[in-house]
Amino acid sequence: MVVPLLTPLGRAFLAFLETVGRLTLFTGSTLWHCVRGPWYFRMIGRQMIEIGYYSLPVVALTAIFTGMVLALQSYTGFARFSAESAIPNVVVVSITRELGPVLAGLMVAGRIGAAMAAEIGTMRVTEQIDALVTLSTNPFKYLVVPRVLAGVTMLPILVLIADIIGILGGYLVSTTQLGFNQQAYLQNTWDFMEFEDVFSGLVKASVFGFLIALMGCYHGYHSRGGAQGVGTATTNAVVSASILILSFNYLITGLFFG
Amino acid sequence: MNQSADTPPKLRIRGLSKAFGKNKVLRGLDLDVAAGESLVVIGGSGSGKSVLLKCILGLLPPDEGSIQIDGREIVGLGGAELEEARRRIGMLFQNAALFDSLPVWQNVAFVPLAQKRMSRKEARSLALERLADVGLDAEVADLAPAELSGGMRKRVALARAIAVHPEILFFDEPTTGLDPIMGDLIDRLIRSCVTHLGATSLTITHDMDSARRISDRIAMLYQGKIVWQGPMERIDEEKNAVVQQFVSGSTEGPIQVTL
Ligand SMILES: Nc1ncnc2c1ncn2[C@@H]1O[C@H](COP(=O)(O)OP(=O)(O)O)[C@@H](O)[C@H]1O
Ligand SMILES: [Mg+2]
Repeated sequence: MVVPLLTPLGRAFLAFLETVGRLTLFTGSTLWHCVRGPWYFRMIGRQMIEIGYYSLPVVALTAIFTGMVLALQSYTGFARFSAESAIPNVVVVSITRELGPVLAGLMVAGRIGAAMAAEIGTMRVTEQIDALVTLSTNPFKYLVVPRVLAGVTMLPILVLIADIIGILGGYLVSTTQLGFNQQAYLQNTWDFMEFEDVFSGLVKASVFGFLIALMGCYHGYHSRGGAQGVGTATTNAVVSASILILSFNYLITGLFFG
Repeated sequence: MNQSADTPPKLRIRGLSKAFGKNKVLRGLDLDVAAGESLVVIGGSGSGKSVLLKCILGLLPPDEGSIQIDGREIVGLGGAELEEARRRIGMLFQNAALFDSLPVWQNVAFVPLAQKRMSRKEARSLALERLADVGLDAEVADLAPAELSGGMRKRVALARAIAVHPEILFFDEPTTGLDPIMGDLIDRLIRSCVTHLGATSLTITHDMDSARRISDRIAMLYQGKIVWQGPMERIDEEKNAVVQQFVSGSTEGPIQVTL
């Protein structure tokens, strides 16, 4: 009676352990090759442009609407307690601490994580990764390290820009629709801006950049089984990166403010 | 082999085994390739020909057995020593495996570019030379691999493989997916490149016409082992039932055709 139930359970558990082991090995190799040259600077530059520059429109749009809706939404709530003056504070704290890094992270995970998994996955199933190896080129150094380094450095820059644009969104809504004085709003924003809030957001961004690139590369690298396998890898890269972003966000918030 | 005892063969494989789960692909395979010869391994689809090459290249870890290049064991090597061994081998992949993010000339000059051994200008002229060697003119140099026909992709991949002057060349089904004329052309290119480099070559194929054109010697892979090997001229008189069936392409015989 029990055995038929336990067998699939045991199998699932073994598969889980295998995944954990493989992921740990992959992360270890990635870190090892990140600190140990030679580095392919041309590839790093290419990835920085891909992640940093081409993600700007998506991240900017996300940020401005988030800032706008934050101002609008907190106004409808705070007006009941005549606490409208807290709006600049709410906007600046939520954007810099949480929404900037998390939303930018999720958007980039969808855009970049998917692209990385698809590209590396296709290289895997068409034997391009094997070809790299036979041409004396380490795939970690050539494919994974440039993406991870670009993710770690570009995400904070994107989030810094998202912070500014998000605050601008709140400012626009508050001053044009909610009747705030422009000068006073800016003064309030500036007064409430804490170094620690911005800094924690940028640390998060860097960690998210690492996670997005790691998941994209890992799922691509281990994909198998033709076009369908690459499709699965792409989905898994985005889903796992998103979940990791949300859980690491909680952890890092706990570290900074807990 | 008719080798003197003191010069080891270029490539010596003994007792090579590789299984994927319950699927035992190679089961104690023995094979020698003498320096400068062109050996063709024939065998049906899925018989483990590609797995054999990948084990030698260290892309797949063998479960058991020994692989020696010039008498030096390479199974179990890692890091710099494995790289060193690989550097002496060039490989033409079944579907060319060109890097599709790079234009043709950067594919051909990949190694000198990646290792920054020459300026981009020098690398480009080297690529154009190698492309000329395989009968492609300078116009294709700036195309993306996706813009090439199957035969051109194979030729570019061949140019990339010979660009590093390997001592050993592997060809994985060089004619598969090409029309007979293009297949003939690729076979001729392979022969001339190998002769020109003085390289040792190991080709795997299921195309008997191609095998006849390329080989000095033929070996037949069946059920994870080499079941027959000999000079190309002898294969037609061979009495071995497996070889006979494969050469004649018949469904009657010991080889089970599973649909
Ligand atoms: N990486 C792998 N993982 C699992 N099975 C594999 C792998 N590579 C090859 N195989 C299996 O090994 C067998 C031989 O494959 P292969 O060497 O590609 O055949 P071929 O002789 O056509 O080149 C096939 O049954 C294939 O499914
Ligand atoms: Mg094959």
